[in-house]
Order: sequence, then C-alpha cells, then structure tokens
Amino acid sequence: MADTTANGPVLAADGTPLKQSLARSLRRQKMRALMLIAPLLVFVLLSFIFPIASMLFRSVENGIVQDTLPETVAALQQWDEQSGELPDEEVYAAFIRDMIIAVDNKEHTRLGSRLNYEETGMSSMFRRSGRAIGRLDPVEDAPFKEALIDIHDGWGEVGTWQTIKTHAVPLTNGYFLNAVDMQRTVDGAQAQPESKQILITLFGRTLQMSLIITGACILLGYPIAWLLANLRMRTANLLMILVLLPFWTSLLVRTSAWKVMLQQQGVINDTLVWLGLVDDAARLVIINNQIGTIIAMTHILLPFMILPMYSVMQTIPPSYTRAAKSLGATNWTAFWRVYFPQSVPGIGAGSILVFILAIGYYITPEIVGGTKGVFISNRIAYHISSSLNWGLAAALGTILLAAVLILYWAYDRIVGIDNVKLGG
Amino acid sequence: MVNPTSESAFVQFDRVQKSYDGETLVVKDLNLSMPKGEFLTMLGPSGSGKTTCLMMLAGFETATHGDILLNGTSINNIPPHKRGIGMVFQNYALFPHMTVAENLSFPLEVRKMGKSDREAKVKRALDMVQMGDFGGRRPAQLSGGQQQRIALARALVFEPELVLMDEPLGALDKQLREHMQFEITRLAHDLGITTVYVTHDQTEALTMSDRVAVFDDGRIQQLAPPDQLYEEPENSFVAQFIGENNTLTGVVKSVSGDACVITLDSGEEIDAKPVNVSQPGERTKVSIRPERVEFNKDRLNPNAHTIKAQVKEFIYMGDIFRFRLSVAGNDDFIVKTRNAPDAVKLTPGETIEIGWLAADCRALDA
Ligand SMILES: Nc1ncnc2c1ncn2[C@@H]1O[C@H](COP(=O)(O)OP(=O)(O)OP(=O)(O)O)[C@@H](O)[C@H]1O
Ligand SMILES: [Mg+2]
Repeated sequence: MADTTANGPVLAADGTPLKQSLARSLRRQKMRALMLIAPLLVFVLLSFIFPIASMLFRSVENGIVQDTLPETVAALQQWDEQSGELPDEEVYAAFIRDMIIAVDNKEHTRLGSRLNYEETGMSSMFRRSGRAIGRLDPVEDAPFKEALIDIHDGWGEVGTWQTIKTHAVPLTNGYFLNAVDMQRTVDGAQAQPESKQILITLFGRTLQMSLIITGACILLGYPIAWLLANLRMRTANLLMILVLLPFWTSLLVRTSAWKVMLQQQGVINDTLVWLGLVDDAARLVIINNQIGTIIAMTHILLPFMILPMYSVMQTIPPSYTRAAKSLGATNWTAFWRVYFPQSVPGIGAGSILVFILAIGYYITPEIVGGTKGVFISNRIAYHISSSLNWGLAAALGTILLAAVLILYWAYDRIVGIDNVKLGG
Repeated sequence: MVNPTSESAFVQFDRVQKSYDGETLVVKDLNLSMPKGEFLTMLGPSGSGKTTCLMMLAGFETATHGDILLNGTSINNIPPHKRGIGMVFQNYALFPHMTVAENLSFPLEVRKMGKSDREAKVKRALDMVQMGDFGGRRPAQLSGGQQQRIALARALVFEPELVLMDEPLGALDKQLREHMQFEITRLAHDLGITTVYVTHDQTEALTMSDRVAVFDDGRIQQLAPPDQLYEEPENSFVAQFIGENNTLTGVVKSVSGDACVITLDSGEEIDAKPVNVSQPGERTKVSIRPERVEFNKDRLNPNAHTIKAQVKEFIYMGDIFRFRLSVAGNDDFIVKTRNAPDAVKLTPGETIEIGWLAADCRALDA
C-alpha cells in the first residue's frame, strides 16, 4: 500500500511522476494506432470527404462572372441598377475589353451558360455576340454602346445588365434560392415565375413517398422478420435466402422486371382482367406514376427493413412471450404488450435505413416513375448530366443532406439513437 | 391403470410421453399425482426431461401421448393463458421494458381488474417479497436476487393455485440461494399453493420439498419424501444421485426374506438388505452411506458386519473428518466422522476394521 508518498505525486519506478509517464506511454500507443490506420484515413479523406466538401462548396461558389468580366464588374459598381436606364459608355467599353480576352480564351460561352440558368436567352446572346466582338478593336472602334446594341438587341435591355450585376458576387446564395424555387434579383430574393416552380413540390413528394415506402416496408417486413426469427433453423435459412436473393440480382434488372409486371399490358393487369376483377377497357395505370415508384422501391428496399428487424427479434427470448401467456395474456396481448415493444429498436433501425436510402433514390424512380413519380434525386441527376448546372445540383444535394441530418437528429431526440440496433 | 389417489389429486400426469423429433422419447411413461398444497420437486441430471414436464404442464409443449389433469379435468386442450398457472422462469423473464410494478400489474391488467384493486395487490405482493420500495425500477436495475424475488411475486400476484418454478435459484450465490429457499417454502406454505419446483441441486430438493421426484432418462426413478429418498433409495441411480454414497459391486449368493448375502467381486461375502434383487446369481450394486460406516472399534455394534479396509487419504473439512479408504477393491470408499474430542484420526497407509449394519447396506440393481 505504498503507492502514495506522504507529500507530492505518486512516482513511477524511474522517478518521474506516475501521471506523466502514464500519459507518455498512452500517447505512444495512440501514435502507433494512428500510424496503422493512416493509409486508410488518407484514402477516406481523398476519396470520400474531399469530394463531398468540394460538392458542398460548389453550391455557393460563383467566381465565373468576376473572373471573366473583371473590368465590367468594377465599372458596374457605379451604375444604379434601380434607375431603369442603361449603363454608361464606360461600362460598355469595359465589357468589350473583357469580352475580347474572353473570346480569345473561348470563355464567353461558359459565362453565357452560367447566366442562362438565371435568364433564358443569355447563352445564345453571348455565343452570337462573341464572334462579332472578337472582330472589334478595343481602341479604334469606340464608342461601343451603339455598336454592341447593333450586334444584339439584348445589350440594349436594362435586364441584361441587372442580371450580370446581381450575379457578379464570388459567393452566391443564388443556387440555394433556385433550389427552393426562388431567384436572386435586383430587388433581393423573389419567387420564381410559376412555370419554373417545381423543386419544392419535388422535395415534398420525395419526403412523402419515402415515408409511404418506409411504412409499406414496415408492414411487409415485420411479419417476415418475425417468421425468420421464430421458424426452425432450416426453414428460416431457406427464407433468409429468399430475402437476400434480390441483393444478388442487379438493381436495373429488378426494376425493369417491375416495368414488365406493372405496365398496362403487363402481367398484373392481364391477370386482373383474366380474373374479371378489372374491365379490359379500364386497365389499371400502375406504372410511370407514383404507384409504380412506391411498389418497385418497396420491393427493392424491403431487405434493408427485414435484416435489422430480424437481428433484433432474434435476441428476444421466447420465454418473454411464454411468461406473458402464463400470466394470462392472450396471444395478441402477449405479442402487443410484450413482444412488440421489444422489437421496436429493430423497426427504428430499419426505418432509418430505408428512409435515408429512399430519400436519395434515383434509378428506380427514373425507370418506373414517369414524370409524376420522380424524386428530387432525378432532378439532381438531370442538372449534373443534362443541364450541367452543377451549382444547383450541389445546392439540392446539400439540402437533401441537411434534411437527412435533421431527421436523424429529430429521431435521436424522439426515439433515441441508442434504441436503434443494427445487429445483435 | 388408474391411480388410486386420482380422486383427490390436484395435478396428475397419466402415462405421459413426449418426443420432440419423433425418434426419441424425452419423457417416457410419466405417472405422477400431487395433492393440493404439496411442494413437489423434480430433481435430475441435465437433459433428463424436467423442463419438458414443466412446459407440458404450463401448456407450452403438448404431450405426445397421455393425459395431464388439473383438478380432475384434462388440460391438453386448454391454451396456456387459460390454465391459471403461475410460472417462474429460469432466467426470470421479467419484461425489460416495464417497471417492476408494471410487471406485477400485467397479469392483473389482462384479467381486467380495476386500477385501485391492482395497485393494492401489487403493493401487497411487493411487500410479501420485501421489495416494497422497488416498484418504480426497471428489472435491469435490480440485482439477481431482487429480480428473482420480483419474478416470484409476479407469479403469485394473481393468486394461482399452482405455481411452477424452473431452477429459479440457479443464478444466485450460495448464501442468497439458501435465503431464497427458505423464503419460497415459507410463502408456498403460508399461501397454501401447490408448487412444482425444478432443480438439479439435491440439497435444495431435500430441504424444500414435501416430496421429491428423481428424474433420469425421461422416467421418475423414485418419488418419495426427502428422508425416505435419502435413507431408502430404491435403485442405484437414486442412491448415487442423492447424497454421498459408497458402492460395492458383486453377485447375490442367497436371499432369505429381509436379508441376503452378496459375494463381492473381490471375493468377500457381506450381509445386505435386498431392495431390488430377488434371485441368487443376479449382479448387484450394494450401497452404504458414509455416515453409516463405523470405524471406531469402541462404538462398533456387536451385530455389525465387519470388513478390512486400508486408509488412503485424510481430508480435513473443519466440522468433519473425511477418510478415503480402499475396501474390497473400491479405492473411493468414503467414511466420515464428526470433529469431536474423542474422534479417531486415521493415518494413511494403516489397515483397520470397519463395520456396518446389514440394514444400512442396500443391495440395488446393477
Ligand atoms: N425444443 C426442443 N426440441 C428438441 N429437443 C428438445 C427441446 N427441448 C428439449 N429437448 C431435449 O429434450 C431433452 C430434455 O430436455 P429438458 O429441457 O426437459 O431437460 P432438463 O431436465 O430441463 O435439463 P436441465 O437440467 O439441463 O435444464 C434434452 O435431451 C433436450 O435436448
Ligand atoms: Mg431445464
């Protein structure tokens, strides 16, 4: 019992304070552990965190206007965009000087596309004017105001210059405004014209359908998971293979199979007509709409619900239900009051998994969803691969990410994340 | 075959058989009848079918053949929740998502009892097991012994006439186990409950029960009160299983009424009491309890049968001395003596004479 001396700290064998030598040995251990995982850490950083961070940054990054038209942007500072009058010759001259350089570097079309997201027509205006401006001389051909308006009427409109000025900031909230059906204008944030409002609806639909799909998965998955956990080993294994089978088939194949099943001349409609349940003239429309998406996605995501439920149910000993029955509970009461509450963590884990997967799903809605059944992810894909508006795509992605994190947080507050069990 | 006591029997197993896989019988021809208020213990080695019997009685397994009667009516077709049998499970099976009080009030709720009645009964049951202050806790916040008491209270709170307990004390330490043994027997007798208790701890069985059923190989080997079970085992399994026992093997030489002569494998002849041997020439195992063997010459009964023995080992156990002897070829022959001032202390290597009464030496099946 001589590990504390009467005065002063406890000393290690070599005379250094014990705390210090413990800290040193722990630090050495930690360093060694860190060295071991370092390659993996670097790999994860490079391949996962870095791309996500750059995607997030892209949703606000907007250097292109200032980089391509530096003098114009500076000159526009003097112009009062609210006045309703065209800018001075000074601005036009600066613009011509900027454009000649941009045309040389072939950068004016990129700027045109960028501004076209905000104001349709900009892209073709920049492209067409570019060739003519390239032929001008920045000194001899002055003044430029008339000349430019001659090249394209658009340069004589106040709106054009307003657009350039409002979007000249290097970091913009414009993409996020667009993502929620608003736009950045001279008068601050404004609602998009009605014809362009689509994203809020899509967000709402994505949430609503993901909830429906999660609910459907709970209803279908629970009995299956229960069977898996309660059948005899051999039968349960066979059933488990059936549950896992979809994992071994390509997602595209499964979705395409649903297309065959659900179409108006498809298997399901044929069967219903043959049974006389549905009139031949009134075949059900269950594809290329929300119903199609819900059916196909429920099927595809079902294993993600069943597996966590199963692993939780497996840990519930049968003696609980037996105890309940011996205490006088009917089968139903024993299930509802004793078994079900203990299986809730499995439902929670499955629901989170399915919901988060559903909210970001893309391929299945694309194939079976038509126009009514697509998700926000399909819009993101469209902006990434077709309209090339990556800023908007990034903003949509960021909002989606934030939504998932908020839901996760809310779930943690309400149910408690400790209550979620993914494995025994 | 109708059991003569079946009229008054409260619980009765009538030629019950059970097989899980259709190939082997786990319970073979079980006949048992219990009067009301009896405390009966099923004792037996692991896998002998004790839990299976309990489960059939509780209704979680069905008998493959035969009848189980409760109060004279067959319960084979009554679902578990209508049998009104309280049960304490081996792992307690307290519902983890309910508090202790909710666990106790569960059987009352499903019986649609009013709230005030429920609360009164729960409180009474908690007080009965001295856990009155723990109503608001979750089972996980209780110690093993406390959980055990709650499980007991829950099985009793709805006042069943029959309570089944499957190794309820298996997980407790020795001291707590002994305390709970006392507690359980006291409650059972005070409340006049008929109890079927399963254990594989023989001391527990002997100290708690009115009668003990010794199970082996799916059969009841002997059903008797504890003292009779210990002193008059009916076969060599029971003799071996209950208490400490010395066995000598041999062949029956002659039988005459209440006495017989056995020729041991080593050649000696001893007198014994025939229990389940009848013919000369039968092989037999002779059983003698250690404390019935006398090796103090001064106390040896003149009628005692004596035999030579060599001392192999002395084992000091505080209150008693144990000696391991070699007797008629058996090197594990144990004798005991109380640690009294006049106790004889044998030294290993010495050859002595030991003796016993023929009546304490039971010739059983081989
Ligand atoms: N559900 C079951 N399916 C198949 N065989 C079973 C089942 N339950 C028990 N058995 C078998 O029946 C035999 C008796 O089991 P039981 O549980 O009744 O033994 P026990 O006497 O309670 O043993 P223990 O003291 O170890 O609890 C064992 O051989 C066991 O393997
Ligand atoms: Mg058992």
